[in-house]
Amino acid sequence: MSGNLEHLHGNHACALAAVAAGCRFFAGYPITPSSEIAERMSRELPKVDGTFIQMEDEIASLSAVLGASSGGVKSMTATSGPGFSLKQENLGYASLAEIPCVIVNVMRGGPSTGMPTRPAQSDVMQSRWGSHGDHPVIVITPDSVKEVYSETIRAFDLSEKFRVPVVLMFDQLIGHLLETVEVANVKKLKTIERKAAKGSKDKFEPYAITKDAVPPMARPGDGMRVHTTGLTHAESGFPTQDTETVTRNMDRLLSKLEINKKEIEKYECIETGDAEYLIVAIGISARAARRAVTDLRQAGVKAGLFRPITLWPFPEDAYRNAAAKAKAVLVPEMNAGQLVLEIERLTSDASQVVGLNKIDGEAIAPAEIVAKIEELVK
Amino acid sequence: MNKIAPEDYANNQATPPGDFEIKDYLRLDLMPHFMCPGCGHGIALRALIWAIHELSIEKDNLAIVSGIGCSGRVGAYIDASTFHFTHGRPLAMATGLKLVRPELEVIVISGDGDCLAIGGNHLIHACRRNLDITCLMLNNEVYGMTGGQVSPTTSETMLTTTTTTGNMEPAFDACKLAEAAGAGLVGREVTLQVPTLKNLIKEGIAHDGFSFLEIISDCTEVYGRKNDLGESSEMILKQKSDLRPEAFYDTVDQPFRPNKLETGVFVRNNRPEYGAAYRAHTRKGNTKVGGK
Repeated sequence: MSGNLEHLHGNHACALAAVAAGCRFFAGYPITPSSEIAERMSRELPKVDGTFIQMEDEIASLSAVLGASSGGVKSMTATSGPGFSLKQENLGYASLAEIPCVIVNVMRGGPSTGMPTRPAQSDVMQSRWGSHGDHPVIVITPDSVKEVYSETIRAFDLSEKFRVPVVLMFDQLIGHLLETVEVANVKKLKTIERKAAKGSKDKFEPYAITKDAVPPMARPGDGMRVHTTGLTHAESGFPTQDTETVTRNMDRLLSKLEINKKEIEKYECIETGDAEYLIVAIGISARAARRAVTDLRQAGVKAGLFRPITLWPFPEDAYRNAAAKAKAVLVPEMNAGQLVLEIERLTSDASQVVGLNKIDGEAIAPAEIVAKIEELVK
Repeated sequence: MNKIAPEDYANNQATPPGDFEIKDYLRLDLMPHFMCPGCGHGIALRALIWAIHELSIEKDNLAIVSGIGCSGRVGAYIDASTFHFTHGRPLAMATGLKLVRPELEVIVISGDGDCLAIGGNHLIHACRRNLDITCLMLNNEVYGMTGGQVSPTTSETMLTTTTTTGNMEPAFDACKLAEAAGAGLVGREVTLQVPTLKNLIKEGIAHDGFSFLEIISDCTEVYGRKNDLGESSEMILKQKSDLRPEAFYDTVDQPFRPNKLETGVFVRNNRPEYGAAYRAHTRKGNTKVGGK
């Protein structure tokens, strides 16, 4: 990106990256530990003729974001656990109506009000299945402030390109971590804009079944005068309950991420080539795992780390390759066992999969991972 | 077909047709529409389109945002950019849209349940913010779409499928709520006098700020049938008088809602429109202004 180096909090990096990615609208509601994103956006957006608004609640925030995005403007909101639960209603709307938006979830301890100032990774499953009905959603889990910056930009690109809500999810520790970030040179940064509706209004179908499964998007004022609804709709955008039409359109919607998965999937493999003991981790837990791999290798254990950066859709093939030689797979995560369920599903012998869970508001230490692997080696 | 005499218009027994072709503004391929026979929402839709016509608003420049319920389905019939949003949230959605696209005419069509129950929080804050949005709350006093349950505006003693022995909760006076919350323009009208209703909607759209317009509609099929209120025409003729029984359980000196329904424009103020104020404040680089 060849920009300047800056020393930033994860939350501030997220805000700056959003603006660099072209975000010009932010609506939010105060919530620990994500509030710094809203605070920074309230200062940054006016500098680029953007708009910040603090809404009356979490639901209204995503509603306003979808309104702004429907108006053709890249838009974002940020929240944490309790707010993320409230976002699920409109996240489903964004999925079905295919309105691009970025939803940041700085994870804190739960359930309920939980531990607002302590980190957790307990929204792994909510981020995928939190909204009712079968719906496409992309979830990205960066593990450093630097990656929060680059992945925020990627979140906007993916959301705009595939007309899908993107959840950018990191824990409180990364949100409040200070690290060095290479800030993009915005003039040189290439970002993706959504496909705009073209041609005559009479022929335009807002939910046409295109080859890449992503129809161009109309916006008010462009002459298309389309209808946007949360009801199951036909290619025309109008509601339908005709079984064949519903099947055809839902198949297209649900195939969108599968068809384009090569562009969406992102992961990191560390020493997985010959790994007999594979660790699968995201976010701050992956950083502990990285250190654990180094320590274990020094001790002669063939350990490796598979780190999904795109958490959902899960990079299944890449995981299976990484786990090809594994005698055991360890999934350290700051919840009671969520990511481990997906890993069990994808591992031929699920009995090889072991969880390492922590829900006390503290991060998992490298030594804890090393100790668990050593147990498995015995 | 009965002939309509000029005195019928004068007596408000008939509506003059207006100098416009309503079909020019409708998505005719969606017809027949899904509203029940006798539903007042169609009258409100006609009045809205009439107002849009008289204000010369281009269809391409018009965005209609609605929520869920019978009122939520009305917007789709207008040949404009229409958004059928989530339950109770159209005002919040419209807030984002209007902020980034101030040149659009943004009109919200909501209902009594959508606007006052599940969306009540969004309503009061939209009033307070005073962004240039016009909100039409079609008040039919019931959740019609879901089969006729009690709503925040159902009058006391009335029968619904969830108040089978009579509603005991007092009804909201939505206009007083909007006024207290700071709306720029607040008005109420019934569907009996369509030209009057059209004029109210015109004033609401033309007002530079948040306009809250309560339109008393009739739900003949569900609410009317349940309460033996007669046919649509009978219900409409009684909209301003004895449709609402006196507050049955109300013990305060003045009933919360009087028997005789007040209509007209209750509030017109010149509070600054929020979108323009925000842009004027921030576009000058005033990012550090504030505090006392």
